Amino acid sequence: MADITCKLLVIGAGPGGYTCAIRAGQLGIDAVIVEADRPGGTCLNIGCIPSKALIHAAEAYETVARAADGNAALGISTAKPSLDFAKTIAWKDDIVRRLNGGVSGLLKRAGVRSVAGRASFHDGKTVAVETTNGVQLIHAETIVIATGSVPIELSSLPFGGRVISSTEALALAEVPNGLVVVGGGYIGLELGTAFAKLGADVTVVEAAPRILPQYDGELSEPVAKRLRTLGVTVLTSARAMGLNADGTALVVETADGGQTTIEADKILVTVGRKPATSGFGLELLDLDMNGPFIRIDDRCRTSMRGVFAIGDVTGEPMLAHRAMAQGEMAAEIIAGHRRAWDHVAIPAICFTDPEIVTVGLSPGEARDKGFEIKTDLFPFKANGRALTLDRDDGFVRTVARADNHALLGIQGVGVGLAELSAAFSLALEMGARLEDIALTIHAHPTLGEGLHEAALKSLGHAIHI
Amino acid sequence: MAERVVRLPDVGEGIAEAELVEWQVKVGDLVREDTVLGAVMTDKATVEIPSPAEGRVVWLAGKVGDVLAIGSDFVRLDVDGKSEASSATTAPATQTANAPSIQKAAPVASVVPSPSSAPKHIAPSLQPAATPPRREGERPLAAPAVRLRAREAGIDLRQLRGSGPAGRITHDDLDLYLAGGTTVTQHQAKTAVTDIKIVGLRRKIAEKMSVANARIPHITYVEEVDVTALEDLRAKLNEQKRADRPKLTLLPFLMRAIVRAVAAQPELNAHFDDEAGVIHQHAAVHMGIATQTGPGLVVPVVRHTEARDLFDCAAEMIRVTETARSGTATRDELTGSTITITSLGALGGLATTPIINHPEVAIVGVNRIAIRPHWDGAAFVPRKMMNLSSSFDHRVIDGFDAAQFVQRIKTQLETPAMIFIDA
Repeated sequence: MADITCKLLVIGAGPGGYTCAIRAGQLGIDAVIVEADRPGGTCLNIGCIPSKALIHAAEAYETVARAADGNAALGISTAKPSLDFAKTIAWKDDIVRRLNGGVSGLLKRAGVRSVAGRASFHDGKTVAVETTNGVQLIHAETIVIATGSVPIELSSLPFGGRVISSTEALALAEVPNGLVVVGGGYIGLELGTAFAKLGADVTVVEAAPRILPQYDGELSEPVAKRLRTLGVTVLTSARAMGLNADGTALVVETADGGQTTIEADKILVTVGRKPATSGFGLELLDLDMNGPFIRIDDRCRTSMRGVFAIGDVTGEPMLAHRAMAQGEMAAEIIAGHRRAWDHVAIPAICFTDPEIVTVGLSPGEARDKGFEIKTDLFPFKANGRALTLDRDDGFVRTVARADNHALLGIQGVGVGLAELSAAFSLALEMGARLEDIALTIHAHPTLGEGLHEAALKSLGHAIHI
Repeated sequence: MAERVVRLPDVGEGIAEAELVEWQVKVGDLVREDTVLGAVMTDKATVEIPSPAEGRVVWLAGKVGDVLAIGSDFVRLDVDGKSEASSATTAPATQTANAPSIQKAAPVASVVPSPSSAPKHIAPSLQPAATPPRREGERPLAAPAVRLRAREAGIDLRQLRGSGPAGRITHDDLDLYLAGGTTVTQHQAKTAVTDIKIVGLRRKIAEKMSVANARIPHITYVEEVDVTALEDLRAKLNEQKRADRPKLTLLPFLMRAIVRAVAAQPELNAHFDDEAGVIHQHAAVHMGIATQTGPGLVVPVVRHTEARDLFDCAAEMIRVTETARSGTATRDELTGSTITITSLGALGGLATTPIINHPEVAIVGVNRIAIRPHWDGAAFVPRKMMNLSSSFDHRVIDGFDAAQFVQRIKTQLETPAMIFIDA
């Protein structure tokens, strides 16, 4: 097989990798992308997209099921719904398939050559790809490492059998009767909530004193409340010790030091993700590392000339949109543009019920950085649109500097709040002040008015509270 | 409305104009009788102009730095208080002549410091006032498109001050910076120009220096003086000094030495009126002492040095320089010197080229005392050495006479007993 020589080689076709390759192609760079699996990476195939599909299906099912129970306040009643979960999964798979095809098409249109197979480094300029037709050598002037991340396995609960990762949880043949989620972070709670709505008996085991420990308590509380409503058992300050003797239940050390055993069809371990840095000869390059991550500078350059790294392999937050922004930037830098990572904020969304959106600094983080702040929140209890959605839980919160009112952060929790993240991010990235938000007309009736009112409140003249 | 015109009074003898150095009121202000309206400066002194009546200020004669004719309208007051204030600002033009003040009328034009005449810094209008400067390490506030443009242009946004709300850097700020006319904070080529209007004392100094340097062909003569013996004597005198006597510096000795030197060479203690072609030799030795004050250089005068002993010279010198520094010197204390001493004290330097205090003909400059090796014929010995840098009006003082004068001073300072013994 003839060697390929190119200007740019991207290893991994996840959101970071494919964005990098497409942008490079747009800029006229001769680019090759290598992917062992289907394009789209974790996000598209076994992460964001399929989980959102499942969450949506679960929401729809739960709404109908609630109506069937006669609990719907909207006056709708119906017979008890039934769920063909295989069909649900098929619907989800179809979405993924369409997006796989979309990414492939975009790469092709940008003139990027795709090579299917697992890559491994020979040196900083040469990579071997095990394709179905044999080993393909690729020589590249510049290489972008975009290998992503994988779920962390607990030594006491190795994956296999009943113990599953998020990947398997998104491809179950049926809804488990009993599901234990080990790890009350955003991945575990998103999936746990979905399965609870689909009828599973869900228990969440979290080692920290509360769920979603990466968020402040103000933001996680509405989610904890909703989990109780949905009948999800949450064990905090609890540790998963391992399976019981016959492997049918999880042994948990509870907060009081006692032990309890939870029967479960499936035990979903979501204790975090780790960068994919092994198994492809990365050690041959002897790059500088930053803990488990590849160390990069503000231009995504590693310690080796001509080798870039983007996405989850480079550190937290492990989010697709961060990887995409890095990929786009890396491609432009490789094309000779002057770029550097100077973003004010990377939005993060937790698709629980209700959804949590965070952009920029929380009040605590802002104070820790030495800012004097004004922070206020506007509760959806006082928002007309929230009431018409039959969900008045949650709020929008602004964090601004006390001296010049420049916004440092915007957070919120509420149903469907994810779509507000665009407004939050734009405000921060544009350097908005509280006055800018206050003087912007926010459409009525929308949840977005919450942002308006929170800013007004900080300025001392909220209207609706 | 009843208008009362306050004219600029005759603030000095025979002067035709005065420079406006301060307004203490503005249009619209209510003033009482005797409220100070503003201050003007003549060649001699700063004079505050009080209001002769009660009323509301409706018009001011000009801005600080303008030269106003004596007798011209200074302030107009609305004295019945019924009319609105700001309507009368368009008034007929007054005689705000910009010609330099007349030098001839002042035989010795020493100048008076006025505490209120500090130069006004005219800030470039580009700088927004409201925004506090960014703290060290704080990232600048700018929209992504601005950040990208800056990066592409190779500009570090930390170097810019933003004109937007909260100090946000806008596209306009960037344009301005790219055009080269903007506010740079550090480590960049700086292009801003700060305009400082030369008014008051600084203007007087500038005028005097120009006249002196343009009209007088200077000859500067630098000589080395061994002051070891003088310093020993001075130390002893200070050690044993009476409580009622001032501490002695080197200057009183020099003053006395000059008195004796000009006694032998009276042509050096003189005023040269070059327009009349006359040299006025003075019998009195009024010693000007060039003195640095907050607003600038002034020359207070120790009068009749020839009639004062060493301690009297010292005490009077301390008194007049203090009044000069505090801005309380009278006209008499600042005029009439016949020869001048200039000393930069500890900063004295190796040599200087003093400018003569016009219309005098000589100025003696004192440089720093330093211990230097001196060849005594057999070995190097450490001696306290000091240079005198003296300038003379070469039109009327020949180099030989200048040198002889300095040698007379040198001889006395090196053998200080000679200062006190009439030979």
